[in-house]
Amino acid sequence: MTTTTTPSGVRRDGPGSAPPPRRRRFRLPDRIRRGGLPYLFLLPALLLELLVHIGPMLVGILMSFKELTQFYIRDWGRAPWVGLDNFRLTVDVNAPVGAALLRSFAVTCAFTVLAVGLSWLLGAAAAILTQDSFRGRGWLRALFLTPYALPAYASVIVWAFMFQHDNGLVNHVVHDQLGLTGQRPFWLIGDNSFVALVTVSVWRTWPFAFLILTAGLQNIPRDLYEASAIDGAGVWRQIRAITLPSLAPINQVLVLVLFLWTFNDFNVPYVLFGKSAPEAGDLIAVHIYQSSFVTWNFGTGSAMSVLLLLFLLLVTAVYLPVTAKWRGRDA
Amino acid sequence: MPETRRSPTAPPRSFVWTRRVVLTLLTVFTGLPIYVMVTSSLKPLREVAGEFRWIPHGLTVRPYVDIWRTIPLGRYFANSLIVAGTATACSVVVALFAAYAVSRYRFRGRRAFTVSVLATQMFPGILFLLPLFLLFVNIGNTTGVMLYGSRTGLILTYLTFSLPFSIWMLVGYFDSIPRDLDQAAMVDGCGPVGALFRVVIPAAVPGIVAVAIYAFMTAWSEVLFASVMTDDRTRTVSVGLQSYATLNDVYWNQVMAASLVVSVPVVAGFLLLQRYLVAGLTAGAVK
Repeated sequence: MTTTTTPSGVRRDGPGSAPPPRRRRFRLPDRIRRGGLPYLFLLPALLLELLVHIGPMLVGILMSFKELTQFYIRDWGRAPWVGLDNFRLTVDVNAPVGAALLRSFAVTCAFTVLAVGLSWLLGAAAAILTQDSFRGRGWLRALFLTPYALPAYASVIVWAFMFQHDNGLVNHVVHDQLGLTGQRPFWLIGDNSFVALVTVSVWRTWPFAFLILTAGLQNIPRDLYEASAIDGAGVWRQIRAITLPSLAPINQVLVLVLFLWTFNDFNVPYVLFGKSAPEAGDLIAVHIYQSSFVTWNFGTGSAMSVLLLLFLLLVTAVYLPVTAKWRGRDA
Repeated sequence: MPETRRSPTAPPRSFVWTRRVVLTLLTVFTGLPIYVMVTSSLKPLREVAGEFRWIPHGLTVRPYVDIWRTIPLGRYFANSLIVAGTATACSVVVALFAAYAVSRYRFRGRRAFTVSVLATQMFPGILFLLPLFLLFVNIGNTTGVMLYGSRTGLILTYLTFSLPFSIWMLVGYFDSIPRDLDQAAMVDGCGPVGALFRVVIPAAVPGIVAVAIYAFMTAWSEVLFASVMTDDRTRTVSVGLQSYATLNDVYWNQVMAASLVVSVPVVAGFLLLQRYLVAGLTAGAVK
């Protein structure tokens, strides 16, 4: 008999975590033994989620109600409760902290819409155009997927290298070779940093859209294309009438996932700009990180994170029913 | 053989030209940084620090020798292998059992489990970075099990990061395997675990490979948590890479060489196994 193995060191409960949801139930109606089995199978996953995700998240929420400055960091349980003060501070847009957060939030929204839109567009175009086989398709696919596999630091640092002011490739092409600008533009400081940020993010993200959509295209039954070809539909017509509608369910999930990842993105801005992000490239994850670790005020940082989480929950809660409705209407 | 051909006749010229133009542009966009990475890693420091040149003048493999001496890259590499490898193996095993339960059993809390596991994908990493850090420190203080600064702590963290996607994908994959198969195995005297190992897992190999690739890549390139949770002894490569840039000079050629060396295991593995990933996604998640 095999028994389920839990990885060592996992069987420790998160501090103050909720009681483990539902232990085995021996009194379930059907076969007594079977009742508990699924819970046993789930147990390792549940414990890990509690330890790493759920528990810390609850602690993070608690922290947002405390005055957690450097004086209390050794023993954060002692930090005084301050009620909603941290939240009041972060949403007061007339004060510097709130104003900076609001600006960072606006930048992040614009960035996310652009980056997700472009990533989806490139991914969909590439997936549809490589649907039929042609010579070199395999190589092309491999190349397109490479940025997705590259470690975040490696792929962003090469872009930082290319965006350098004096010796970067981008300015070499834009200024020296094409002569488009009178002076060499700065890419990593000032307003242009937004452009740089979107470029790098799209470069890293679109391969994932390409991957998922390529997989999705393979589920479209061949007969559909054959039948429509007999009816005289050309390639463009088929893309509009068959391919794109068939991808709708995948798009629903894909766009949401891309949105969540891009909105929370930390790696790209952090590696691209280092410790001090320019205003135009001040994404919210880095902004929160900076406000926590630079001012050592973790209570405020936690309050910002909680607000961010609430916002993402709200978007998801609106997005899912609305898109489901659209799909229902189109079908 | 093409999987799905749009039409049996040759596509019109407008389509062929669109395809050429768009795919060429995408190739340039995607390939450019990779080209820059490769050529810069082969340039001497003086050239890489000067004006950008498309074609390198002096080629050298020196950077590939120097990277191991400038920082303890070898140690970081070993750490990453241990952390990512262990996290992947554990994550796959844990996800297999969880996905099997969700796919094959109807039990109370099933929906709550799947929804809450997926919802964790939404958490901003920054929200639980500090609590997790404090938690690990506190566990260390009370039980003596040092999770902070150890590889074990990082393994636990990464293993959990890849769980939601892995479970989600494997559930989709298991659902596509007919139940009759494992029921037949149970009639033949296998227990549920036997059916999982003898029937379901062999039929789900592409999905499992896909999940393993994903888990390994996640663990290999994570930066934020690794930079807070490790010390110099346990540092991973993705964090270690930053050390080339924090020295007085930026050794750009070494940065590029080291980035390439660090990327090779994941990129090679990913490209070799990508058809499993596509097959796994096709059969499972994106249905």
